[in-house]
Amino acid sequence: MSRSLVPEVPTGTAAPIAHRPTDWTTQASRRRTRRRYAAERRFRLTGLAAVWLSVGFLAFLLVSMMWQGLSGFTETRITLPITLNLDITPERVAGRGGNLALAGAGLEGAVDAAASQAYGAGGADLLSDGAWLRVRDAVKADPDLIHRRFTIDVPAAADIDVAAKGEGTPAAEAQVARLTAAKALSRGINRGFLAQADSTDSTQVGIWGALKGSLLTMAVTLLLAFPIGVFAALYLEEYAPRNRWTDLIEVSINNLAAVPSIIFGLLGLAVFLGTFHMPRSAPIVGGLTLALMTMPVIVIAGRNAIKGVPPSIRDAALAIGASPVQVVFHHVLPLALPGILTGTIIGMARALGETAPLLMIGMRAFIAAPPGGVSDPATVLPVQIFLWSDEVNRGFVEKTSTAIIVLLVFLLAMNGLAIYLRNRFETRW
Amino acid sequence: MSGLSLVILILGLALIGWLAGRMRAAAFRRGSRRRYSSQPVHHGWFVALWTLVPPLLFLVLWATVSPALVTDAVLTNPAAVHLPPLGFERASILSEARSLAQGQSYGAFHQLSQTLAPAYAAAQARYDWIATAIALLLAFAGGAFTFTRVGPGLAARTQIERVVMLLLLLASLIAILTTMGIVVSLVWEAGRFFARVPVADFLFGMHWSPQVISMRDPGASLGAVPLFWGTFFIGAVIAMIVAIPFGLMSAIYLTQYADPTTRKWIKPTLEMLAGVPTVVYGYFAALTVAPAVRQFAVSIGMANASSESALAAGLVMGIMIIPFVSSMADDSLSAVPAAMRDGSLAMGATSSETIRKVLVPAALPGVVGGVLLAVSRAIGETMIVVMAASGVATLTANPFASATTVTKQIVDLLTGEAEFDSPKTLAAFALGLTLFVITLLLNIVALTVVKKYREAYE
Repeated sequence: MSRSLVPEVPTGTAAPIAHRPTDWTTQASRRRTRRRYAAERRFRLTGLAAVWLSVGFLAFLLVSMMWQGLSGFTETRITLPITLNLDITPERVAGRGGNLALAGAGLEGAVDAAASQAYGAGGADLLSDGAWLRVRDAVKADPDLIHRRFTIDVPAAADIDVAAKGEGTPAAEAQVARLTAAKALSRGINRGFLAQADSTDSTQVGIWGALKGSLLTMAVTLLLAFPIGVFAALYLEEYAPRNRWTDLIEVSINNLAAVPSIIFGLLGLAVFLGTFHMPRSAPIVGGLTLALMTMPVIVIAGRNAIKGVPPSIRDAALAIGASPVQVVFHHVLPLALPGILTGTIIGMARALGETAPLLMIGMRAFIAAPPGGVSDPATVLPVQIFLWSDEVNRGFVEKTSTAIIVLLVFLLAMNGLAIYLRNRFETRW
Repeated sequence: MSGLSLVILILGLALIGWLAGRMRAAAFRRGSRRRYSSQPVHHGWFVALWTLVPPLLFLVLWATVSPALVTDAVLTNPAAVHLPPLGFERASILSEARSLAQGQSYGAFHQLSQTLAPAYAAAQARYDWIATAIALLLAFAGGAFTFTRVGPGLAARTQIERVVMLLLLLASLIAILTTMGIVVSLVWEAGRFFARVPVADFLFGMHWSPQVISMRDPGASLGAVPLFWGTFFIGAVIAMIVAIPFGLMSAIYLTQYADPTTRKWIKPTLEMLAGVPTVVYGYFAALTVAPAVRQFAVSIGMANASSESALAAGLVMGIMIIPFVSSMADDSLSAVPAAMRDGSLAMGATSSETIRKVLVPAALPGVVGGVLLAVSRAIGETMIVVMAASGVATLTANPFASATTVTKQIVDLLTGEAEFDSPKTLAAFALGLTLFVITLLLNIVALTVVKKYREAYE
């Protein structure tokens, strides 16, 4: 440092400056301290507000989904007095082919006629398209009903259902008021929602088709991503020589973990559909695509878990004569397994909520029946939510939120399981 | 015999081989006092692997060559001379004959495929028998040969361990294969796109309307600048305006002020925000946030406010990114040496002064790296913009106007009813390649920054 930059201290006045202590009791000093403490409080409050607002967003999101969606587990029913008088014997109804026989005997028309008789012209429009199926099931359970007058609660049409639950069109609201006055409306559990697949009528839709598609897709993903991910993690952590190839593998795994999911969809479209001509919108293709996406997550989690196993365990096993493969498969892997499983479940939860790559491989078709196997056309939960959110019919608004609740319950269960595994089995060395 | 039952049969043979090998090894060990390097179970696996792997490898190979062999056999049929020469019609007749022969369809469009179907079925059956015979022969030969080799001199464990090591190596190569698959498929399809549309038109063109692509000059309506701007505006500007303050302040509060119990509960709760599926955010943005934003815009006197505004999508995306920014900031703040903090506090600075003047500047490189990673996450995010952003590409800085993004356009282009070869479909791959390159660069830069910063304090 050059001397000229250091201020010259006048020799005569140096001593008093160095020895006078700061006076903290002056007005100005106190004001300054107050101001600094106020700034401290403000800063702290801003931090607290940021935390609570973020938590508030989450709460608002979840509560608004619950608010809109819970009613989707129920359905509005209309009490329908009905006399069937079908030209059919009870034996045929109870026997094989009873469903076909009832449909052939004009059951659907009879139900519509009963609705018109009970609630005036246009009464049939009050009922869901699936109402006669409810009557059919009742008749099959008790075949004597075909020649007897009886009353049955059948699901109401979509606009009546929406109006009865809150916000319908004025016309539908008027109908609901009329039906309520006649004490013909009731509420019941929508059993079909957890048992059926997609439909064009919002009162007949179900989530089971999409759920089964999701389960099949996840099964394919797990079967592929778990062994490959664990093996790759073991190789990289335990055996890989330090060279350029290993670096290349590590770099690609870290990059794959950060690639946007839609790129995996493009890969699936170009390779699995374009080159290998696998079936469109099948769980096997979805599972393959998601497996490629989940594998890096499992590898990274697996490597961390394997790193956590102390070297003394390996040394001890090697010292009593175990081979490198035995060391890893008999000692390291079992000890690292809880950590690996936690990472796997988190990766699978992410795959379960993934939508974009599955849209790319064509899993957005209207599928009215649950898939029978991994190569049947199917849809998955998040895609079903996306499809329903696009529907103009008002009945689907509620069903979309209901489907979201189902998806969130699954994700919550998986994450809960991951946290439980971590707390229960993970060892701190 | 169907493929599945054949595989099950081979698996059964392998099981028998496993049991036989183990029993034989156990037999020669009984009564002997010598110590062997291999346990009976290793001998069992040795026999089982030799029974299982060769026929399975053969079947995989066979599956790739047998369709060509079957077709060749069908072409020697006298009826095949009536086939039209090479071309689309010939291929369609052959594939129809195949599906008839396999019982997948019952009616035929071409008369000829009806006559060729029996020949197809016969050839298929013949080659299936050949394949079954060879596979079973391989299984028996491998199993029997290795079974005779089982003895005190066989180092079965070494062999098994070699196979295991090979398996582990192959598993880790899948990652490279996937990366290569992504790069090759994107570059290949994008290359076909750029063969028709000049690169400059795509990268610098100001007009995007893929609904009407003129055949003479497809580049005129495929200029991607509005998409790049929309992506940047929604993902890197609006979302970050939400995510950075909330994420950073949450991290500061949780690491510096909150007591351990609060931290233990709040941190996982915040992370739940990142665990909510993006389709749920998208639905939330489209159903709740977008109408509210539009209403607000109308109330402040904006006449042409869009119900698919950039603001709605960006806001929700920002909320989604909060835990991401927060956990990155958390890591970098914790990495700042305690001595710096303690020094500042000892000098009489308040906590907030320490945080603002010492901790945050010291952690800044890490925070910036985290923000870059968050941006890369945001611009690759798809479902929120698919459900809440508009499909119309406009160049605007008005957050209440509609904007579109690269990911939204990829989904729109590929879910239409276009054939696989049209410029429209290929444009999606060009957009995908751009997205891939940009996120890759962002990640590399971010990770380098974070790494440099970590080294500085270690």
